[in-house]
Amino acid sequence: MQRDGWNPYLAGALAGLLAVLSVLVSTQLLGKPKYLGASTTFVRAAGLMERVVSAEHVADNAYYQSKKVKVDWQMLFVIGILIGAFAASLSDRSFKLEKVPPIWKERFGSGVPVRAVGAFLGGIVAMFGARLAGGCPSGHGMSGLMQLSISGYLAMAGFFGAGVLVAHCIYRKGGRQ
Amino acid sequence: MNELALGLITGFFFGFLLQKGRVLRFEKQVGAMLLKDMTILKFMLSAIIVGMIGINLMVDMNLVELKVKGTVVGANLVGGILFGIGWAVMGYCPGTSVGALAEGRWHAVWAILGMLVGAALYAEAYPAMKKSVLTWGDFGNITLPDAIGLNQWIVIVVLIVAFVALFRLFERLKL
Repeated sequence: MQRDGWNPYLAGALAGLLAVLSVLVSTQLLGKPKYLGASTTFVRAAGLMERVVSAEHVADNAYYQSKKVKVDWQMLFVIGILIGAFAASLSDRSFKLEKVPPIWKERFGSGVPVRAVGAFLGGIVAMFGARLAGGCPSGHGMSGLMQLSISGYLAMAGFFGAGVLVAHCIYRKGGRQ
Repeated sequence: MNELALGLITGFFFGFLLQKGRVLRFEKQVGAMLLKDMTILKFMLSAIIVGMIGINLMVDMNLVELKVKGTVVGANLVGGILFGIGWAVMGYCPGTSVGALAEGRWHAVWAILGMLVGAALYAEAYPAMKKSVLTWGDFGNITLPDAIGLNQWIVIVVLIVAFVALFRLFERLKL
């Protein structure tokens, strides 16, 4: 039987505390503040993979140069999310193998290929946008808004504005509770 | 402690909280976009309230420095809109995709692969972006208090009142 998990306000507040502690501890130990974020890791990971095929191409690319293709704090942070979420899902038996999410299934059926193509294309567009905007809902959304940054509010307006519009267009028949 | 170990530990706790808050799931992400389930906004805005207070207190005490991302209105908005479109289709953001994979929603792997390709494509498009979208409305690393010319604590109090009002609305409408 699957339980409901923690109150989202409490879990969120604890995540906020973690973000504050991360900035403090990283400043103390590493001499630079580490604000939570995730999307630059996809750039570095893509660069590391491309390097296997053509090291020269990666070395010459201005964007890879500016983001420094290496294993860094944020890449381990993202790997940590994977391990932490796995541990949490085992702790209350909410781990569940799922091949197609329910809302998607209602709208597009339970076929894996359709979901795979949709999520893959969505991923391409979303990451291109996140890098153009300069961050994702973690870096721009959470870390940006905590610092009262204007870029964070603009990016979040884009994320949610377009997300709400497109979700209503594609899942009209799904998502009912 | 070294940088990598610190990143791993921080990520572990963040992933644990994301999963316990149940914000990793496709249903929760798309549910928020369909304005039917505001779990992810409750989580995010609660984190932001605590973070705003904590980080600004520490800045006032000269313990830490801000690292504000640059405001380029065109890039923030165009990029933000592209992200929103892709987000609605895949149902995950970069941070939650790996967490969703870890709690068994293995279809998140398609989103992760797409995001890796998207990052590589952006690296190729970067020179063209740098000449165009990334120059549209560049204001540098500004914050709301900078722009309005108010003390940051006034801005923080106003934002907290607004966020709490949203929470009350969510609870009243049972979202």
